[in-house]
Amino acid sequence: MDSGLTRDRLIAILMLLPSVILVAIFVYGFIAWTGYTSLTDSNALQQLSGLPAQFIGLKNYNDLFTGGLNLRFRMDMVNTVFFTIMFILVCLAVGMGLAILLDQKIKGEAIFRTIFLFPMALSFVVTGVVWKWLFNPTSGLNVLPTIIGLPAGGFRWFISEERWWPFAWQDVPLILSIIFLGIAIFAALWYWSKRRSQTAALLTALALLLLAWITFGSPRSLSGLNPERPEQHGFNVALIAVVIAAGWQMSGYTMAMYLAGLRGISEELREAARVDGCSELGVYRYVVFPLLAPITLSAMIILGHISLKIFDLVYTIGGGDNLYIDMPGINMFFTTFRSNQFGQGAAIAMLMLIMVAVVIIPYLASQLRSETKL
Amino acid sequence: MNTTYPSQASAPAGQSAPRPRPSRVVVYGALIIAAIFFLIPVYMVLVTSFKSIDQVSISTMWNLPTAFTLESFSRAINRLLPNFVNSVLLVVPATALSAMLGSINGYVLSKWTFRGANIIFPLMLFGMFIPYQAILIPLVQFLQSAGLYGGIPGLILVHVVYGIPITTLIFRNYYAEVPTEMLEAGRVDGAGFFRLYWDILLPLSLPGFVVVIIWQFTQIWNEFLFGVTLTGTGQQPITVALQNLAGSQIVEWNVQMAGALMTALPTLAVYILLGRYFIRGLLAGSIKG
Repeated sequence: MDSGLTRDRLIAILMLLPSVILVAIFVYGFIAWTGYTSLTDSNALQQLSGLPAQFIGLKNYNDLFTGGLNLRFRMDMVNTVFFTIMFILVCLAVGMGLAILLDQKIKGEAIFRTIFLFPMALSFVVTGVVWKWLFNPTSGLNVLPTIIGLPAGGFRWFISEERWWPFAWQDVPLILSIIFLGIAIFAALWYWSKRRSQTAALLTALALLLLAWITFGSPRSLSGLNPERPEQHGFNVALIAVVIAAGWQMSGYTMAMYLAGLRGISEELREAARVDGCSELGVYRYVVFPLLAPITLSAMIILGHISLKIFDLVYTIGGGDNLYIDMPGINMFFTTFRSNQFGQGAAIAMLMLIMVAVVIIPYLASQLRSETKL
Repeated sequence: MNTTYPSQASAPAGQSAPRPRPSRVVVYGALIIAAIFFLIPVYMVLVTSFKSIDQVSISTMWNLPTAFTLESFSRAINRLLPNFVNSVLLVVPATALSAMLGSINGYVLSKWTFRGANIIFPLMLFGMFIPYQAILIPLVQFLQSAGLYGGIPGLILVHVVYGIPITTLIFRNYYAEVPTEMLEAGRVDGAGFFRLYWDILLPLSLPGFVVVIIWQFTQIWNEFLFGVTLTGTGQQPITVALQNLAGSQIVEWNVQMAGALMTALPTLAVYILLGRYFIRGLLAGSIKG
């Protein structure tokens, strides 16, 4: 509508103002407050004594990554990485598979869709309670194979203490450096092939620097833990149980996103591809999948930020003291509200916020930039 | 359920040769297997919750109950009914308030955009993605000093405030579809901010309200983190009570399953009856859907 500061526009701004103030305080003000708390030694004793909390800089963060008492946090980080990757892969694969199946002009589509999507309406607490019963190692899912005459399964699900792909926490900086090196080399080759030699040369230089950094063993010095006593981590197999329960709940969401995308691809477009000699698989390979790529990216980001924050599902399944499926969100809750270490809890919360922000801010920016309505 | 996607299911009439498809048997077979997997927990909940406690043994977990009893339901209702009531007392006002707030905000941000709105809106939206752990410590301290800690009114306030981003987003996108010319016409007739909203926009808003109300109802009913940190005994919403039931020392699986069913029923009913709107809210959560 018309621009300029009319009386009505002023009213409009005044009507929005309460929400803006509430968000400014409850989101940004509180984040700043948490950020400050994370730089102090605030805890229950200090609060009882009535003395102000001491400013201790980044000590809480330092402790989380290198402190002898904070093994739990480092397990959480490792668990979060493995869980997030597996959860996203499962939801994307199942969601896309179901969407493609439902797109085959089948009878009873509405019924199937309802079945695949109903878990989305449930609370993670309900999902957790029910799957906990199903994961009962002596019965539950493990006895299902006996129905068709196979031996019962022996997997202990969420109480399994098995660990695959072991590595030491001291090696994490090295592992990360090697991953960055791989990405830099790949990107450099990509830009060389595109004949963007300036970018490519820059990336090659970066890769060489990283290589030198790795060969002279510098990354190891970053870990801060005693190199003589390697702290063992790895993929905790118990996480598979959480991935199954979470995938059961969230796959329908990706299915709905993909289905909406598939319905947006016109039959004419597919027909044109067939006329050009595409097989039915070729239609998917060359027409459908490229058009679904933006949906995949959105789904990855939405699912990724859910898994970085996950709390209730793991709390319900593991009860809060099963470290093999522990996550930062649970650690923060127990550190803050059970052990009353507010400073430490705030530091965990800030690290969670940073992880989510890294994923969400670029997404928000790109979503809103591509919008012309603003 | 009556979910409808824009369907292109029927091929044009003139097109006689059906396009070659993967074998129908494979498609239906895969769908049925997937459906069975998705329904296993439902089967388990129903089978277990109709058993009496002495029938619930690990060796007969998958069997149908030998005698149907409602014992576990009466026990679950005994334990959870006060919390069910708490959740209703929480969800109804919180949903109504956040829908109204979202509607006004959406109206302003879609029809009265001002300089700086395109900075304020993304900053608002970020609020719906943050891990709430990052605001929890100040939130507890704030509620304590305001005398709202531990009770349902405080929880209502929290859900309304953190619901602002998503309700604003849904209404803003919904109102963006309403042609601005309709409002311009009203303005020519001398209608101001409120008259335009009341006479022109609000009568068109029903589908928007349905989407937002369903979304907020489901989210708030299912929420756990705020419930467990901000309420005291007796004031807890049902998700917290269910978790306490499941975490207790005596494991009565039949009562737990009945409790899970009881917790799930309201949102499940909404989903079955109004699935189309539920999915719209779901897809709105990914900004553009």
